[in-house]
Amino acid sequence: MKEALLDLLHNEILVYVLMAIVPLLWIIPFALFAVWWERKISAHMQDRLGPMRVGGWHGWAQTIADILKLIQKEDIIPTAADKRLFILSPFVVFIGSYAAFAAIPFSAAYVGSEINIGLFYVISISSLVVIGLLMAGWSSNNKWSLFGAMRSAAQIVSYEIPVALSLLAVIMIVGSFDLQEINRAQSGPIWHWFVFQKFPFLFIAAIIYFVASLAEVNRTPFDIPEAESELVAGYHTEYSGMKFALFFLAEYANMFAVSAIASTVFLGGWNSPFSDFMSGPLWGAFWFIAKGMGFVFLQMWLRWTLPRLRVDQLMYVGWKVLIPFSFVIVIGVGFWVMLTR
Amino acid sequence: MEATLTYTDEKNRGAVTIPGFGRPLRSEEMVLNMGPQHPSTHGVLRLELVVDGEVVVDVIPHIGYLHRCFEKHAEAMINYQQIIPYADRMDYIAAMNNELGYAIACEKLLKIKVPERVEYIRVIMAELQRIGSHLIAIGTYGMDIGAFTPFLYCFRDRERILDIFEQTCGARLLYNYIWIGGLSHDVPASFVEKVKDFCKYYRPNIKELNDLLSYNKIFIERTANVGVLPAEVAINYGVSGPVLRGSGVKWDLRKNDPYSIYDRFDFEIPVGKGLVGTLGDCWDRYMVRVHEMEQSLNIIEQAVDKIPAGDVQSAVPKRIRPDAAELYIRTETPKGELGYYIVADGTTSPARVKVRPPCFVNLSALPAMCRGAMISDVIAILGSIDIVLGEVDR
Repeated sequence: MKEALLDLLHNEILVYVLMAIVPLLWIIPFALFAVWWERKISAHMQDRLGPMRVGGWHGWAQTIADILKLIQKEDIIPTAADKRLFILSPFVVFIGSYAAFAAIPFSAAYVGSEINIGLFYVISISSLVVIGLLMAGWSSNNKWSLFGAMRSAAQIVSYEIPVALSLLAVIMIVGSFDLQEINRAQSGPIWHWFVFQKFPFLFIAAIIYFVASLAEVNRTPFDIPEAESELVAGYHTEYSGMKFALFFLAEYANMFAVSAIASTVFLGGWNSPFSDFMSGPLWGAFWFIAKGMGFVFLQMWLRWTLPRLRVDQLMYVGWKVLIPFSFVIVIGVGFWVMLTR
Repeated sequence: MEATLTYTDEKNRGAVTIPGFGRPLRSEEMVLNMGPQHPSTHGVLRLELVVDGEVVVDVIPHIGYLHRCFEKHAEAMINYQQIIPYADRMDYIAAMNNELGYAIACEKLLKIKVPERVEYIRVIMAELQRIGSHLIAIGTYGMDIGAFTPFLYCFRDRERILDIFEQTCGARLLYNYIWIGGLSHDVPASFVEKVKDFCKYYRPNIKELNDLLSYNKIFIERTANVGVLPAEVAINYGVSGPVLRGSGVKWDLRKNDPYSIYDRFDFEIPVGKGLVGTLGDCWDRYMVRVHEMEQSLNIIEQAVDKIPAGDVQSAVPKRIRPDAAELYIRTETPKGELGYYIVADGTTSPARVKVRPPCFVNLSALPAMCRGAMISDVIAILGSIDIVLGEVDR
């Protein structure tokens, strides 16, 4: 895609800017859709209808109206807040989740930047989010915000370890951090997908990754940082208007980012489940997005079904269950790869 | 290596001792203000939490944000009948039960015998209201723990009860239905059928609720062994209702001090058994409410077939002027023992109406349950007490 654009425009900087905008063209419609989708899903799970009015058909324009409302709202900065940090933090959070999209391969033909440490880059750049959350919680000068921020820092830091370890198992098999390389290694029939390989190690790794990624994006049962019935709204208690919307956007972008990694690493990414049938660059984008959306749906489903864990129980699950299991998987897969090479 | 909290003396309050480390480690305490505008204080309760990190060292409840001078109003120049709508507004989630206690107290003062039909309808209404109140307690408790969906399932079922009330007396929340000596309206013709329908509809839903929430692993993790209230402590604090029964004490005024016609029905008193944790923890208190709903259904089913014919207003006196006397009447509301202490001075309005509110007394046990718990546990414990601020503050 980069070469095609270069041929067309003959301007390298313009091409890079255009390539950088592409993820935004996906994130914003996705977030608008996903917020509406989540409201509909939760409503139908709860014997309600959800938004039905705005825009006509099943309230499809509800989130657009919400965003318009948020843009118009007064932008309140508490007098006791640390003003610079307070303004900066939503952007830091959003940049963290936006930058992760640079290396996510939407299809065989399109990836923002095909770097050879793609997976490594995505994991590390999305850790930037936690700095933004801490900034938001600290600068709000509100004890509830601070509690939310401290909780999310502890949570994200401890859950990055099982995330990284479960992905490491796949990296050992492929021998590359390159996400496109990982995709290509899974081409062919459906059982070439890593989730079905080296059974049961990678299957468990996929489950560990999914559970840990729920904690990474603060979704139920790990939505402790913003637990609305405990911490009011956690780190974004004091935020309103567009700054709040940015947090919201980042949260949904993150939801898709972790789902995209899950589908790329374990479910064959843009590979068609029917081998060569229905495959190609455009079909690839379709399969990739469909798989990602599947994971997003799973996250929503869990959110509207399960209660929330307590902080110490969350730490227990992370350190005493997920991390030992992922170590076992890393060792098991390591031996398997060594012995069968 | 387990770090343990000790509260031996004032200087080292909240200090953590780590085995093999020698001197206690102290961290600074912080005062956290929970409420009066907080999503999980069930109204306008303010809790002053003294916290050490996430661990709660002390809880100081501040009440009175919803004080509406019920007792002063009752002493002012209003009649005995005019107090009923005020009684409605105490525990606004279980208004029928509030009215029932007050009506029984006034009937004792006047020495009236109410018709059988009235007694049966009152019991059915009170038990329907008990289910409605427990549904809110359970639903909001799920929401406190983070499960949103059971809340709406509970409201869906409560809606059916409110429909029955609405059909009977026109109101859905504050009924002014149980009058002194009778009822404001007779029940509609389809009442018996509707109540039977509800019982048939609701029984399977208790199983659904148990599958979704009660036996959910995470829910049990969050509520078992949390906020343990031993029976002795519970009795010393004077708590009543599901909070007391959750601690394993079999005490229900419908059995222990029967009023109205409760002695005619066959029902069990569910008590906490410590099935998943310690006896008297949050899960036990929660589960007592679930079982109580089943028992209420039993009572309703027994009563609804036996409603005799008759007039519901034949015993309603035109003017109420009891002789000078004083008495204390207690009834079992969904929250616990609701007592009315009424002093009559021979006029048409009472000299004094003192209410013994169950929520207020139950709330007093909160600090004892919360010390050493975490902030999330405070929410879980508060929800398991099931307070209604309208009754705490009156």
